[in-house]
Amino acid sequence: MGGRESTLVLLDKNGIRCDGRKVTEPRRIMIKAGVLKNADGSAYIEFGDNKIIAGVFGPRDVHPKHMSNTDTGIIRCRYHMSPFSVTERKNPAPSRREIEISKVIKEALQPSLMLEKFPRTVVDVFIEVLQADGGSRCAAIDAASVALADAGIPMRDMVCACAAGKVADTIILDVNNEEDQAGQADMPVAYMPNLNKVTLLQLDGVLTHNEYKKCIETAIDGCKLVYQIQRKALTDKFFENGGNQ
Amino acid sequence: MQDDKKRYVIPGDVITTGPYRPDQNVTLDGNRIIATVIGISEISDDSVRVIPLTGMYIPKSSDLVIGKVVSHTSLSWEVDINSCYVGILPAADVFGRDFSAHADELSSKLAKGDLIAARIVNFDRTRDPLITIADRELGKIESGTLIKISPSKVPRLIGKRGSMIQTIEMATNAVITIGQNGLIVVSCEDSNGLLKAIKAIRMIEEQAHMANLTDKVKEMLESR
Repeated sequence: MGGRESTLVLLDKNGIRCDGRKVTEPRRIMIKAGVLKNADGSAYIEFGDNKIIAGVFGPRDVHPKHMSNTDTGIIRCRYHMSPFSVTERKNPAPSRREIEISKVIKEALQPSLMLEKFPRTVVDVFIEVLQADGGSRCAAIDAASVALADAGIPMRDMVCACAAGKVADTIILDVNNEEDQAGQADMPVAYMPNLNKVTLLQLDGVLTHNEYKKCIETAIDGCKLVYQIQRKALTDKFFENGGNQ
Repeated sequence: MQDDKKRYVIPGDVITTGPYRPDQNVTLDGNRIIATVIGISEISDDSVRVIPLTGMYIPKSSDLVIGKVVSHTSLSWEVDINSCYVGILPAADVFGRDFSAHADELSSKLAKGDLIAARIVNFDRTRDPLITIADRELGKIESGTLIKISPSKVPRLIGKRGSMIQTIEMATNAVITIGQNGLIVVSCEDSNGLLKAIKAIRMIEEQAHMANLTDKVKEMLESR
């Protein structure tokens, strides 16, 4: 089933992956809130080798005016990869892939935002990928969610995202670039932990029914880990003495 | 901040379950009351609210705000009130009832760039907030130093029943006008007092989440 031929050993007999992780171990994740002065809210995330900055503006006036909605606020999202984010220079013009990811990120964040409180306004989310590794859309959602909370935009819940996948017929947590390229399936999931709702679910590859169930459970477990890191990022910025949680 | 009535929360945190009334910055999910912003949750009597630590100013009627005139039409001024909506100041409010659009020139009373203290009359989100300057203590601001702080920190600056701001005013002899939108005008005859008042305001902004801030500010003001 699926997967390209490769000499890379994705999973050795001891259950150790190509970058030395265990099957259900995520990469190193670090989030910092409020890194930009000029944006209303911002966050920086390092998710393995991904390095992503998210900036949020708003709620603010909508330009062009015709996009505004008199019943509710709107959210716009731009996911952009810097020319230096990948090994070969990437043309800075938005590609088909970036436009699509912008759309799915927008739709992953939208259910958490209470935009109906701000009719005729827009919340702009700008995501800049400085360095890309596998799973940048999940990392981007994590950063954007922290940035939205930092901007003080009312939210029903945080949105946390993490991928799961299948390599060497095993379900793994947090797919990296090599596993994404050579593996059998990749499933990014965005999730609202307190409301227990999924806001993004994509799947590239083929899974059996049972594998699918296991995969989504693994991804949601990953999301919960990410949530703790998001919470820490916000706690560190706003409650210097550590909060009481 | 350790008692269970006050708690630091981030969006999505369940503050409590039970028969409470959801107040500011919380939402109801079944019987769970969930915080929607980063802040400090408070349960008082039968209601639950979160005091935000970040966020933009959202106009509320009867709020005192400080705004800057950005432009005018033949019937009203548009005032930047540091929010996502612009304040509308109708000309009749300034010229009185016998205002006529062709005889009176709006820029003769308030020009672009003027600062005004105003009160929000009405705001229902379907239209831009209506403001007025027809009251004592409202109107054009002629002198003073303008300071901008985060609107979410304004309640801390004012303190319980104005205790914090009174402390600063007494210690420095400054006159401080606080707009709910985070704009503050400080005027003081004594330049030292002015600097001190500004320093105190900045200090409150930086340490808004700390406990016993009033004492710290007092200490700072008393030191030379």
